[in-house]
Amino acid sequence: MGEIIKAGSWVQIYRVVLPAGERAPQVPEDTQKVPLELKVKGFLKEGAELGDEVEIVTVIGRNHKGELIKANPPYEHKFGKMIPELLQVGPQIREILREEEV
Amino acid sequence: MAANDYNSVMARKNEIMKKAVGIDYAQFSTGQVGFDYERMMSEVGYKLDEIVKIQSETAVGKTPFIELKNISKLARKLAPSGKGARIFLKDEAANPSGSYKARRASVSVYHADKEGYPGVVAATSGNYGAAVASQAVMRNLETIIVQEVFDSCGVGQPEILEKGRKCEAYGSEVLQLSVGPELFYTFLRVLEDTGYFNASLYTPFGIAGVEPLGYEIVEELQEREGKNPDVVIITHAGGGNLTGTSRGLIKAGADQTKIVAASVDLSGLHMASDHDFNRKSFTTGHTGFGVPFATWPDRADVPLNAARALRYMDEYVTVKQGEVFYITEALAQIEGMERGPAGNTSLAAAFDLAQKMNEDQIIVVQETEYTGAGKHPMAQLNFAKENGIEVKNGDPDQEEAGKSVIIPEHPSQIKARDVDLEKLKRSYLRKVFEETKVEVIEKVDLEFLADEIKKSKVETKEILEKEFDLQVAGG
Repeated sequence: MGEIIKAGSWVQIYRVVLPAGERAPQVPEDTQKVPLELKVKGFLKEGAELGDEVEIVTVIGRNHKGELIKANPPYEHKFGKMIPELLQVGPQIREILREEEV
Repeated sequence: MAANDYNSVMARKNEIMKKAVGIDYAQFSTGQVGFDYERMMSEVGYKLDEIVKIQSETAVGKTPFIELKNISKLARKLAPSGKGARIFLKDEAANPSGSYKARRASVSVYHADKEGYPGVVAATSGNYGAAVASQAVMRNLETIIVQEVFDSCGVGQPEILEKGRKCEAYGSEVLQLSVGPELFYTFLRVLEDTGYFNASLYTPFGIAGVEPLGYEIVEELQEREGKNPDVVIITHAGGGNLTGTSRGLIKAGADQTKIVAASVDLSGLHMASDHDFNRKSFTTGHTGFGVPFATWPDRADVPLNAARALRYMDEYVTVKQGEVFYITEALAQIEGMERGPAGNTSLAAAFDLAQKMNEDQIIVVQETEYTGAGKHPMAQLNFAKENGIEVKNGDPDQEEAGKSVIIPEHPSQIKARDVDLEKLKRSYLRKVFEETKVEVIEKVDLEFLADEIKKSKVETKEILEKEFDLQVAGG
C-alpha cells in the first residue's frame, strides 16, 4: 500500500493524448513509435495513491482526469555546474580591450 | 457530440479558429494565390498610436536603448582599420514578462478582453507563454498555455521547463506535452472546450504589437545621433519579430535601413523528432523554425499568417550555438548585462557584421530576453553534456548540431554565415504553386508574389516565366 495523498493536495497527473500508431501522418518515424503524452498540475479532488486514475481541478478551475504521478511536483531545472569552457571568455576579452592600439 | 480523434478535430480546424480569433480571413483573398496583406493589417489590427496607448496601460515597451560600448570596442579591435560599427541594443528583457513577446501578447489580450472572451490560450514553448499570462493577469483574464516540453523518456528541455514555471507564476494552467506537432490538436481541443480567445503569435494583433519596437529604435537613435540605423538585426524564428519590427522601422521613416535576420544553425536536427528534441541547446531563434516559416508562413495556427519575413528581409545569416553562448558570456562580462542566450542570437551575428561595416555606421540589435535557471548558458551546456553532446573550446565552424557545441577559442572566430536568400524565395514560390496548382499568373497574383519575395514586378515576372515555366498575364 502506498501513501494516501489527501484531497486538495497540489499534484501532477499524466495521460496519453494520442497512442503510438495514431499520431499525425507527418510525424517522423521515431516519434510515431511513442505516444503523445500530457502532464498537468492541479488540486486533487479526492484522496488517492500514486498511480491511481484521478481527477484534478486546475488553478483556473478546469477539470482534468489522468494518472496521479506526483504530489507537490517540484521545479527541478537549475543552473548546475560551472562550465569550464566558458570561464576563459571574460578574462580573454578584457585582456583584448586593455591592449594598446597598434 | 463531435468526434475527438485526430482527423475529426483537424477537419474542424477552420471553424474552431474562426470562433477563437474572430477574424473571417476569407474576406482578404485576392486572385488565385494571395490575399490583401495590408488591408488585413489595417482593418483587423490597430493603428500604431492605438497600440502605443494599449501597451502603455500594461507597462509594455519604451525599453532601454543602450550602446554596447565595450562589445563595439572589442569588434573594432578585431576589425580592419576604419571598420567596426557601433552596436546598440534594445533591452527588451525590461518588458513585464522579460521579453519582447509582451509586445506581441499585449494587443491580443486587449482585443480578447474587449470582445468579451473569458480567457486566452496560446500554443507556445517560448517566452510568449509568460507574456500572454502576464498581460492576461493585468486585464483579469484566465490563461491556458500549451507547451511542447519533454521527450518520450519524460525528460524536459530546461529552457522550456523554466518558461512553463514562469507561466505558472502568473497563474496559468500549463499543459505540458511530449514532442510532436500534434500540440496543435490539443490546442484546438482546448479552444473548443473553453471558448477562449486564440492569442496566436501570428494574427495581425500579434504582429502589429511589435511595430512600436521598430518605431522606438528610430525615434531614440534620431534623438541621440540624428540618424537612422544602418542595419537592424533581428533574431528570426517564426518571423513575427522581424515582420513587426521592420514595419515599425518603415512607419518611422527608416525605409533605407537594412534588415538582417539571424538564426542559430540547427541544420540536421528534425524539429518533430523525439530523439533530436533534447539534443539542441536552443529551443527558439533557430533555423528549424526560421527556414520553414520564411518559406511557408501559412503553416501557422491561423489561416493567414501576418508574420511574413521574406517581405522585409534583406539578408539572412546563421550563427553556431557555441558562438551565441560566447557572446552571452561577453555581454555579462564586459557590458554588465546578464541576459538569456536565445535572445542574443542576433548579437552574436552583429558582432561579426559590425566588423565589416564602417566605423561611422550603426547596427542595432533589437532584443534581449530575461535569464534564469534553465534559460542560461550553464543550464543548457550542462544539459547538453548530460545528453552526450560534446562541449569544448575550438573552431565553431566544426560544430555539428546535435553532436557538439563548440565555444570559440577567440572572439575573432564568431561568424555570421550567409543563407542563400534567393534560394529561400524560390522555395517559397515553389510551395505556392504546389498548393494552388495555378498555371496562369494574373496581374493581382504577380503583385502579391512580388511583395512576398521583396522584388520588383519585373524581376518576379522573369523568375516565374524562366524558372517556373508559368504564363504571366498582364504583368
